[in-house]
Amino acid sequence: MNQRLFVKGNEAVAMGALAAGCRYYFGYPITPQSDIPEYMARELPRLGGTFIQAESEIAAVNMLLGASACGMRAMTSSSSPGISLKQEGLSYMAGSELPGLVVNICRSGPGLGGIDASQADYFQAVKGGGHGGYRLIVLAPHSVQEMYDLALLAFDLSDRYRIPAMLLADSVVGQMKEALIPDARAQVELPLKDWAVRGKPAGEPQRVVKSLYLGDGELEAHNWRLHARYELLAAREARWEALYLDDAELILTAFGITARIAKSALRMARDAGLRVGLLRPISLFPFPREAFREATRTTKKILCCELNTGQMVEDVRLSVARDAEVFFYGRPPGAGSLPTPEELFAQILRYCGRAA
Amino acid sequence: MSLVETPVFAAPRSLRPVVTHFCPGCQHGTVHRLVAEALDHFGVQERTIGVASVGCSVFLYEYFDIDVVESPHGRAPAVATGVKRALPDRVVFTYQGDGDLAAIGTSEIIHTANRGEALTVIFVNNTTYGMTGGQMAPTTLAGQKTSTSPYGRDPAHDGAPMRMAELLAQLDGTRFSARVAVDSPRHVIEAGRVIRRAFATQIEARGFAFVEVLSTCPTNWGMTPVQANARIADELIPCFPLGIFKQGQEAS
Repeated sequence: MNQRLFVKGNEAVAMGALAAGCRYYFGYPITPQSDIPEYMARELPRLGGTFIQAESEIAAVNMLLGASACGMRAMTSSSSPGISLKQEGLSYMAGSELPGLVVNICRSGPGLGGIDASQADYFQAVKGGGHGGYRLIVLAPHSVQEMYDLALLAFDLSDRYRIPAMLLADSVVGQMKEALIPDARAQVELPLKDWAVRGKPAGEPQRVVKSLYLGDGELEAHNWRLHARYELLAAREARWEALYLDDAELILTAFGITARIAKSALRMARDAGLRVGLLRPISLFPFPREAFREATRTTKKILCCELNTGQMVEDVRLSVARDAEVFFYGRPPGAGSLPTPEELFAQILRYCGRAA
Repeated sequence: MSLVETPVFAAPRSLRPVVTHFCPGCQHGTVHRLVAEALDHFGVQERTIGVASVGCSVFLYEYFDIDVVESPHGRAPAVATGVKRALPDRVVFTYQGDGDLAAIGTSEIIHTANRGEALTVIFVNNTTYGMTGGQMAPTTLAGQKTSTSPYGRDPAHDGAPMRMAELLAQLDGTRFSARVAVDSPRHVIEAGRVIRRAFATQIEARGFAFVEVLSTCPTNWGMTPVQANARIADELIPCFPLGIFKQGQEAS
């Protein structure tokens, strides 16, 4: 029988990482993600792993870079202002084709902002964030179970494509407690990483992990190679959840905590006899653009809900081009700005042409 | 009578037989060689991982025949921490300039030393940012003119030169800290000896070891190589005294 646990989202993501074979964690405290380093500080030594509380987020992400360059499964975590500090290292990891997991338990900003749930880091996560033009694999859990499951998936995808992965969650998903059924697999088979620096055996060519390409045409070729991998990722690894799309007149779309609220609003709509569906992106990069295109064959209205002033809505619009009208409802994050299901239901009524 | 040639001097195995890109009179090549000789001395080429920093020394992998990971500006000690924690039985060293280590990377070097990471750090101090064109560094001497201290470094405005070897020696985690110079044959031989001791600290005693190497940047100093060597003796050494500032207990 599967074990059923009652844990916080932050603990679940740490448990998922350990189940994925991650034995190296480098981090720095920041609310609301500090449960993750605390969990790792407690559990990793028991597993023969390494926890280091770095002197800064910058040092932490560079320790991750070093451990990853040696072929190890390693991670760091932080919250929005701390993720900004990690962008330098993330750009270098992307340029150096290094895998690794970065968890962002988002809080509200910009600047110091507040510690409330936010989705205002969407652009930063999916458009590159750091300098130079690159993409991360970005997965957006909306439950404690997904915090665990997507941590496992993030490591697998990151290793397979040699692209750093980010779990983009928020302070509600990180802090809430729910049931979790851990994955029963005992042993994870880590792929052979023949590119990793581990000391050069006699007579063998050296291995170099780098992002500096100065020769004529070298950097362009490198960037095209990275781009081709992003395209491959888009073709193969887009993930989403679809509810009631078959007969939907209006499609709700949302990710993370907003999707949980949207699901409640969806139930209210269905109870009221409204033909509403939900398309929830699970991978934010690659964005499930084909799923949106497919949905617009039958449904011409999409309502995008976010805890910001409109970020993912741009990708929704790009995906559907002119095949559907895309509406937006969002609120900038901060204390008291988390929308209620009733609030989203009122929006559904509006776009279904029904009076509230 | 046949003449048997017995080589008494050869290139280090840990260096690749290539021509360097460094400017004429620059001593990175000398320091590279001393590090490679130390790796050969201990026979650890096959289990050494170099961590390259940003600046003139970034091309470490072009010259050393070892595995190398490149790090962002100033972050080499953090990257090396990740490498060493992942592979504790490997020999790991960073090779950093003064802008890299004493300015943007001050936090990383201090905390890495303070954690007592079993690494060897080679710190090449030529009192300027070489690759970016000779700007003021934390190690620039008082009165020294650079492209960003065109009237000479004024300690009242810019701070005084930082003595990293002495600073790091204060930390409990540091097991070995020294300053050497490569301006004369005598000093080069001594520098080689000290660099070997720094690697021995890692290999035997598994502690943090730091070697600051005073070296030239003739291009940005606007000097001939001979003048630049004289400047090390006349100006740098009086400000940055040579010596071993800390040596911990080493294994046999």
